[in-house]
Amino acid sequence: MRPFAYERAADVRSAVAACAAGMADGAGAVYLGGGTNLVDLMRLGVVSPGVLVDVTRLPFDGVEETAGGGLLIGAAMRNSDLAAHPLVRRRYPMLTQAVVAGASGQVRNMATVGGNLLQRTRCSYFQDVTKPCNKRAPGSGCPARNGDHRNLAVIGQSESCVATHPSDMAVPLAALGAIVHIEGPGGSRKVPMPGLHRLPGDTPERDTVLEPGDLITAVELPPLPFAVRSRYRKVRDRASFAFAVVSVAAALDVEDGMVRDCRIALGGVAHVPWRAERAESALRGSPATEAAFAQAADEELAQATPLPHNAFKVPLARNVVVRTLLDLVEAS
Amino acid sequence: MTTVAAPYSGTALDRVDGPEKVTGRARYAYEHAPDDLAYAVVVQSTIARGAVRVVDADSVLQLPGIIAAIWHENAPRVAPIEDAELTVLQSPRVAYRGQVVAVVVAETIESATEAARLLRVDYQVEPHDVELRADHPGMYRPDHVNPDYATDSELGDPEAALGFAPVVVDATYTTPAQHHNPIEPHATVAVWDADGLTLYDSTQSASAVRATIAPLFGLPPESVRVVSPYVGGGFGSKGAPHAQVVLAALAAKQVGRPVKLAATRRQMFAVTGYRTPTVQRVRLGADEEGRLSAVVHEAFEQTATVKEFAEQTTVVTRMMYAAPHRRTSHRLVRLDVPVPTWMRAPGETPGMFALESAMDELAVACGIDPVELRVRNEPTVDPERGLPFSSRNLVACLREGAARFGWAGRDPEPGVRRRGRQLIGTGVASSTYPVYRLPSQATARAEPGGGFTVKIAAADIGTGARTVLTQIAADALGVAPAQVRMEVGDSALPRASVAGGSSGTASWGTAVVRACEALTDVLHRRAGDVPPGGLEASVDTAEELRSQRPFSRHAYGAQFAEVGVDLDTGEVRVLRLLGAFAAGRIINPKTARSQFIGGMTMGLSMALFEESVMDVEFGDYLNRDLAQYHFAACADVRDVDAFWIEEEDPELNPMGSKGIGEIGIVGTAAAVANAVYHATGLRVRDLPIRLDRLIGGAV
Ligand SMILES: Cc1cc2nc3c(=O)[nH]c(=O)nc-3n(C[C@H](O)[C@H](O)[C@H](O)COP(=O)(O)OP(=O)(O)OC[C@H]3O[C@@H](n4cnc5c(N)ncnc54)[C@H](O)[C@@H]3O)c2cc1C
Ligand code: SF4
Repeated sequence: MRPFAYERAADVRSAVAACAAGMADGAGAVYLGGGTNLVDLMRLGVVSPGVLVDVTRLPFDGVEETAGGGLLIGAAMRNSDLAAHPLVRRRYPMLTQAVVAGASGQVRNMATVGGNLLQRTRCSYFQDVTKPCNKRAPGSGCPARNGDHRNLAVIGQSESCVATHPSDMAVPLAALGAIVHIEGPGGSRKVPMPGLHRLPGDTPERDTVLEPGDLITAVELPPLPFAVRSRYRKVRDRASFAFAVVSVAAALDVEDGMVRDCRIALGGVAHVPWRAERAESALRGSPATEAAFAQAADEELAQATPLPHNAFKVPLARNVVVRTLLDLVEAS
Repeated sequence: MTTVAAPYSGTALDRVDGPEKVTGRARYAYEHAPDDLAYAVVVQSTIARGAVRVVDADSVLQLPGIIAAIWHENAPRVAPIEDAELTVLQSPRVAYRGQVVAVVVAETIESATEAARLLRVDYQVEPHDVELRADHPGMYRPDHVNPDYATDSELGDPEAALGFAPVVVDATYTTPAQHHNPIEPHATVAVWDADGLTLYDSTQSASAVRATIAPLFGLPPESVRVVSPYVGGGFGSKGAPHAQVVLAALAAKQVGRPVKLAATRRQMFAVTGYRTPTVQRVRLGADEEGRLSAVVHEAFEQTATVKEFAEQTTVVTRMMYAAPHRRTSHRLVRLDVPVPTWMRAPGETPGMFALESAMDELAVACGIDPVELRVRNEPTVDPERGLPFSSRNLVACLREGAARFGWAGRDPEPGVRRRGRQLIGTGVASSTYPVYRLPSQATARAEPGGGFTVKIAAADIGTGARTVLTQIAADALGVAPAQVRMEVGDSALPRASVAGGSSGTASWGTAVVRACEALTDVLHRRAGDVPPGGLEASVDTAEELRSQRPFSRHAYGAQFAEVGVDLDTGEVRVLRLLGAFAAGRIINPKTARSQFIGGMTMGLSMALFEESVMDVEFGDYLNRDLAQYHFAACADVRDVDAFWIEEEDPELNPMGSKGIGEIGIVGTAAAVANAVYHATGLRVRDLPIRLDRLIGGAV
């Protein structure tokens, strides 16, 4: 048996301290949310922390309103509760849609907001400790590049890693510019999305900008009135219980047939939830027409550098962006 | 042959073992816990070809709770039987990635798992070859194909006929490797004692496991007992014993304690069988009215180097449609891959995807309705064997299915029906499955206190066999089902054939009926008097089966599908599936319906999702869990329905039944693919029909 210590933190300070102590021991310490990803990876031998600090009992499991009409979501909140929350549903429908499009009811009942943001890639080489993988074993190589990469990245990938971030929830959060609240051994800070996740570059072992021992305490949703008309569209290989092949979260502010403002982010295409900034700036001030949407999508996807077996994601992403924006126009 | 009077056959009796199952009292293989139990976990090879050089057992033997590490150098010897999949740990050779190279036995499953992870194995690596291609230089002609069909067949001059035919379809279809994934993983608890070996196993045939395992350990069959009363699905993967059975027995022998061993879901992708991928070329020659003059169906498949399994992919084409000129063939290549095996309707499932897709292409080429095309090519006798059909109601299934599905007035034009952002299409395909019957034995017993016990080593793998046999026995004895207790799933019971080839009910049912008849005779002679020790009668059906009259015996069906294909994303959703079947007498409409719609659901999965992806660089199947190996989720199964056409066929068995376990999957994938063509105008010849196979095309 591979022993590990389990600690249940009662407050933030003791959680961060317990994690720091575990790390100081050299045993490796991590936070435990619902465990739906972490425990699987422990079973597979992909990670083997010596200390698990359970943060699901921390008092961060609710939604608070912030001044100006935003929301502060506790990092320990369960995905199901997040999706069902009336204020989330009303103000940020794309977030509810994204969460319920993920995993299954059972997994969502366990999964936490913090854990969802930090779930690891579903690249099958990453999950198989008998094979090389730069993300799991830095420097060992990336077999996905010439092997199975059908569901991996088409934008922003590097020679050393072509993995995607698999979260649905993170996509609308990136579109909203959600702010991630962090407590770490060095104090507290805030990181706006999509800046939490990072591109692989030549250090794909690092998924995010977090430092060891950093605890996510909350996710702040800035006020965005036009997000009441927002939408998440997930393309997947079966009707439910499958990760996104490509997804899009979009919010559109249209007046007199012109796009006043918009937010667009893509899932399933990159190592990060991909904020489509080029498309957004192309659209601001342009007519809300299919042609303009297509042109904006093309501008975004011009940066794509797909691999042989995932090139289909580029036209797919284009279609889904255009269709989702058109649906939003129709709905308004 | 006369069939028995049947007040209970044909009724929807609830499963007799339902209460045990839903209350958790039904004990499955892994739930047996004899005293002093130890746990075994396997170590799988991380190379696809080569040899084990060193196993560093010392590295794990000091760990707490470890009892033994067993590998080829210290494993007990087994007899060198022909089936090399089972002669495990006898040599250093590695024939595929994931092959078992060692077993660790420990006091707990956790210790064994950890030691198996830590056990260091060094290999001498050789280059591997795991890629199936039709033009692979290693392609050879096997002696026969599963189970014992001729490898090739030829009638007339098909090449010449194709040359003359006004309309020719020539297309190549591929199907990927597929894994069964029964929900209960393969598990065995092995116990040695003075009497021999007892195996609590999850199997489709306790008798076959005994017959295979006994000689391996140099034991007479009586010294091996296989107990398997409840099985959580098999689909063919538990039809014959796999390595885990032998490993459990070997390990228990080595450590002198009972040993429990289960395959994990991930391990099952290498060690418990799968369906071979296929490449199939179909050529059809026809006149303008769609009458076939030539049918040529060639299959290219893989097998393992340790054992040959030749899927009978094109055999179905020998019987399906009339045509004077015809040829079928099978070619295999031995690759450094895990051993393929039976999977629900081996042969018919991949074969009918290709043939029935090609028939649809022919219908399009001739401008004939695809239902009508099939009706036009209906043979009067088995086209290659020349035998009369015992019954054949394909046409009735097509016609009645078309009527219920609402096929009439279908516009054949592809790509023109829209519902919102979906393209809508419908498709049809024929379905069929052979009628097999295998020798079995059974004992019927009148109990002194009243009631009857009927014993047979049949397997209820979740199909409802125990229930259906209860009905059959009740009818044969002329009593109510509540008076009959069926005992199945134990090799100590009278020997029975495998739960495979959709032959269970026919084979076991025959034995049960004959045993009950024999008992009734005895009781009659004793004027109904049952002595204190009870009364028994036993039978063996081997003789009866030998004297079966020559007929071409098959069940038939027609599958209708309606699909919606998203214009923007290429996502395919099966909106409706309707199966029409003609399979003799249906003994229990409730369990039969489950088999039909279960098979169709698996066919839907095959059409759209199921695919074991070979990692060419490393030589294993990559997507080794149920998050990655997709089959239909509930949301994919919207409207699946089946009905059947009553069939009286006196040439089958005392029940008048044909097998129904497999026919539901046959043809479904073609019906879906044909519907996708009708929806989009895109012909997808490679399964599964993933969205990326459509996104670049019309959508
Ligand atoms: C079969 C299956 C299907 C799935 N399908 C989908 C899908 O379609 N879409 C989708 O988006 N997701 C899917 N998921 C993934 C699921 O959403 C994640 O597993 C889940 O959100 C992780 O949350 P958790 O709380 O269980 O995290 P855990 O497993 O507990 O943790 C994940 C990681 O986050 C770290 N962590 C947890 N909480 C904190 C914190 N507060 N601060 C810092 N670090 C923390 C852990 O140390 C760990 O590294 C699926 C999962 C499964 C098992
Ligand atoms: S893509 Fe990234 S995660 Fe996948 S094998 Fe390559 S390095 Fe590992």
